[in-house]
Amino acid sequence: MITVGQSKARRLALHAGHTAGLAVFMVFAMFPLFWLVKISLTPNNLLYSEGITLWPSSITWDNYQFALLGSRFPRFFLNSVVVSLSSAAIVTLVAAAGGYAFSRFRFAGKVPIMFVMLLTQMVPLVMLIAPIFKIMSPLGLTNSLTGLIIVYTAFNVPFATFLMQSFFDGIPRELEDAAMIDGCTRLTALRRVIFPLTLPGMGATLGFVFTAAWSELLFALMLINSDDKMTFPVGMLTFVTKFSVDFGQMMAAGVLALIPACIFFAFIQRYLIQGLTAGAVKG
Amino acid sequence: MAEVTVRDVYKAYGAVRVLRGVSIDMHDGEFVVLVGPSGCGKSTLLRMIAGLEEINSGDILIGDRVVNDVAPKDRDIAMVFQSYALYPHMTVASNMGFSLEIRRKATDLITAAVGRAAGTLGLGDLLARFPRELSGGQRQRVAMGRAIVRQPQVFLFDEPLSNLDAKLRVQMRTEIKALHQDMGTTAIYVTHDQVEAMTMADRIVVMNEGVIQQIGHPLEVYDRPANQFVASFIGSPGMNFLEGTARQTADTSWVEMVDGTKLPAPRTDAEEGQTVIYGVRPEALTIDEEARSGLIARVDVTEPTGLSTLVFSRVADSITCAFTMDRLDLTRGQPIGLVPDVARVHLFDQASGVRL
Repeated sequence: MITVGQSKARRLALHAGHTAGLAVFMVFAMFPLFWLVKISLTPNNLLYSEGITLWPSSITWDNYQFALLGSRFPRFFLNSVVVSLSSAAIVTLVAAAGGYAFSRFRFAGKVPIMFVMLLTQMVPLVMLIAPIFKIMSPLGLTNSLTGLIIVYTAFNVPFATFLMQSFFDGIPRELEDAAMIDGCTRLTALRRVIFPLTLPGMGATLGFVFTAAWSELLFALMLINSDDKMTFPVGMLTFVTKFSVDFGQMMAAGVLALIPACIFFAFIQRYLIQGLTAGAVKG
Repeated sequence: MAEVTVRDVYKAYGAVRVLRGVSIDMHDGEFVVLVGPSGCGKSTLLRMIAGLEEINSGDILIGDRVVNDVAPKDRDIAMVFQSYALYPHMTVASNMGFSLEIRRKATDLITAAVGRAAGTLGLGDLLARFPRELSGGQRQRVAMGRAIVRQPQVFLFDEPLSNLDAKLRVQMRTEIKALHQDMGTTAIYVTHDQVEAMTMADRIVVMNEGVIQQIGHPLEVYDRPANQFVASFIGSPGMNFLEGTARQTADTSWVEMVDGTKLPAPRTDAEEGQTVIYGVRPEALTIDEEARSGLIARVDVTEPTGLSTLVFSRVADSITCAFTMDRLDLTRGQPIGLVPDVARVHLFDQASGVRL
C-alpha cells in the first residue's frame, strides 16, 4: 500500500513485509493440501520407509486407480454431489424467498420469527443428534439421501436467510417501485429486476451451503449406515479398517473430492466475490 | 393526459399522522409542484398518487376513475425518482424500453419509441451503455426518457434534481419545463427547493406537517402568502419578520415596534393594539445609508453577488435582510435606515400565523 508522505525505503519495507506476511499465510493455508497430494502420490512401501521428506523418491498413480476403480468411492462421490447440490439449491431458493420477505414486508410476528431463527443458530448441532434421529427414524428418513438433504436444508436456511436479506436490503426499493410503475406486478418485478441483481448473493449462498453440505460428517455418519447411501466424508472412513489405515488411498480420494468443490467455486467465484463485498458494504 | 384529483386524503403510520385531509384538483396538462420542508408529506402524497403507498381514507382520481385500489402498473403514470432508479443490469435502451417490453409491444415499435425519446433528450449515442457508465446528468436524462417513452397520462417527479450539482440542476430544470410544454402531459413534481417550485410550476402546493398551506400560481403565493409559514418558506432570501403592535387611526395604520419605531402598514383586519408579525421581503426594503428614515438598523454583513447586494443588518436581536441592486459601500456596525414599501408589507396574526 502506498501512502503519500512516506520515504521510498519505508514504502519498500512495508511492501516487502506485506508480501512476506501473505506468503507465510499462503504456506500455512496450503501446506495441508500439499501434504494431501504428496501422500496420495507416494507408493505404499515408501510411506514409512523414507522418513519425512517433502517429495517421495518415486510417485505412483495406483492410489487414484484404486480409489476410482477398486473402491466404492465413485458411489460416495455421486451421493455427495446429489446431497450437496440439492441442499444448496433448496436452501438458496427458500432463503431468497424468506430474505426478500424480511427485507421488504412489514408483517405481524416478523421480529419474533427472526429471533427464533437466530436462536436456532445458537444450539450446538451435537446436541441435536439424538432428537433428530428419533424424529427421522419413524419417518423412514434414516439411511436416506432425502433425510440428509432435509437435515442440511433445515440447518442452513436460517443463516442463509439472513445472508440473502442483507443482499435484498442492499437493493434500493425504488427499483421495484420503478418496475411496478413501468408495468410489472410484484412478482414480475422480482423476476425481471431484483432477481438478476441478487445473483451475487445467490452465488454466495449456494457456495456457502454447498461447502457446508459437502464436508459434513457428523449427521451423515449418524443417519447413514449402508455403503450405497454414504456421502464421501463417511466413505473416507471406510479406508480406516480395524488393522490399518490406508493413507495413500484415503488421500487420493480426498484429492478427488476437492475437484468438484474447486470447479464449483471457480464457477461461482465471480458472483461470490461481488456478493461478499456487496454484502459487507451494503448489508 | 388527465386531471388528477386528491380528495380529503388521510395517511398515518401508527400514531404518526403524515397527511391530514389533503385535497387538490390538478387540471389536465398542468404542471403542479408540491413543495415543503422534509417530512411535510409531499413525497408520501406523490407515492399515493403512484399507487406505491396505501391511503387510509379519501379518494384519488386519475381522469374520472377512482384509483385507490388500482395497482401502479394500471394507473398509466410514469415516475422519475430522486435516485433515478435505473435498472443497473440493463442498457440505456433496455431501461427506456422496459415498460413497453413488459406490455408486450412489438420490437420495432419499442425501438422506434426509444429512438424518439432518446432523440428528444440527446441520448442517441448512449443507448448501448449501462447506467454505471453514465454521469449523473445522463442518468437523469435516461430516467426522464424511461418516463416519456410510454406517453403516460401523468408524470410524477420525486425530487428528480436533488442529486445533481447546482449548474446541472438549473439546466435540467429548464429542460423539464420545456419538455412539459412540448408534451402537455399533466405533471406532478415534488421538491423541497422553493426556487425549483417557483420557476417550474403552473401552480404551487405548499405543504407543512401533512396539511396544505396554500395552493396557487407561484407569483400569487409569493405576493400573497396565506400565512407566515408560506411567507417564510417561499422566497430566497426569506421574508423578514418583526414583532410589533398594530395601530390605526381613521386614515392611517402602522405597526409600533418594541423600540417605539413606527413602521407604515397596509390597512388590514388587525385590531388596534393587536400583537402582529410585520413581514416584509428583502426587495421591499429600501436602504437609507444616512439612517434618517425607516427602521434603524446596524449593518452586520454585506453579500455582493455582482448583480445585486444583500445587506444583513441587526434590529434589536434579530437579523434583517435587505436586497438592493445598488453597489453600496457599507461598513460593519454602520447605522442604516430600512424603509419598507407599504404596498408590499404583510401583517400576520402572532398566534395563528394567518395573514391579516
